[in-house]
Amino acid sequence: MANTQAMTTSFMGELMTATHNFGTAPVRATGATDSFKGALYLASATVNASTTAYSSTNEVTGTNYTAGGVAVTFGTPPTATNTSTTAGVAFVTPSASITYTNVTLTTAFDAVLIYNSTQSNKAVSVHTFGSQTVTAGTFTLTMPANTTSTALIRLATT
Amino acid sequence: MIVNTTKGEMDDSLLEKREGSLDNDNESTTWVEYWLAGELVHRSVHVALKKNVSSAVEAASFN
Repeated sequence: MANTQAMTTSFMGELMTATHNFGTAPVRATGATDSFKGALYLASATVNASTTAYSSTNEVTGTNYTAGGVAVTFGTPPTATNTSTTAGVAFVTPSASITYTNVTLTTAFDAVLIYNSTQSNKAVSVHTFGSQTVTAGTFTLTMPANTTSTALIRLATT
Repeated sequence: MIVNTTKGEMDDSLLEKREGSLDNDNESTTWVEYWLAGELVHRSVHVALKKNVSSAVEAASFN
């Protein structure tokens, strides 16, 4: 037997469920799953890795679009899978498409911010796509398959 | 088929339909537009995301 330096895969999965807390906040009063939302941003916006929380600045506006966007459903808990003795992947993907129904968004937008509306709207991830507009129609974001390599949100050891 | 438009619900036989698509490493996107006398009255978009966001994590060595 030999020991192998590694970040444990179970830890990565537990990061996604707030099992570990190296700091002092947030204090979680409940074990319930948090609620998440998806907000659309104009092509002229600058949401990126430095974004810390949802903001209405440069968010799209238009008919039937509510500031803050729509609910994002994570119906399947995060999965953590070992890929070797030194590597693993923890991943999670929304379990349903993100849909904005019967909206008119005439200014081009090209990004969605997924954020935690339970935890002070803290940012989770930004996903970009080709610039779009919508007119009296529906904008749908379909998720990739929830696998080790394609899941929407992944933590991986290298 | 009835289509929701900026003019209200209309039968698609009264409208000109235009479709398009985009496929690259990041997304597979399709859109459909309906035009009435040169005016865009409906546009819907379907984006299938392909590319995830991934963060690398590492346990540091003492030596």
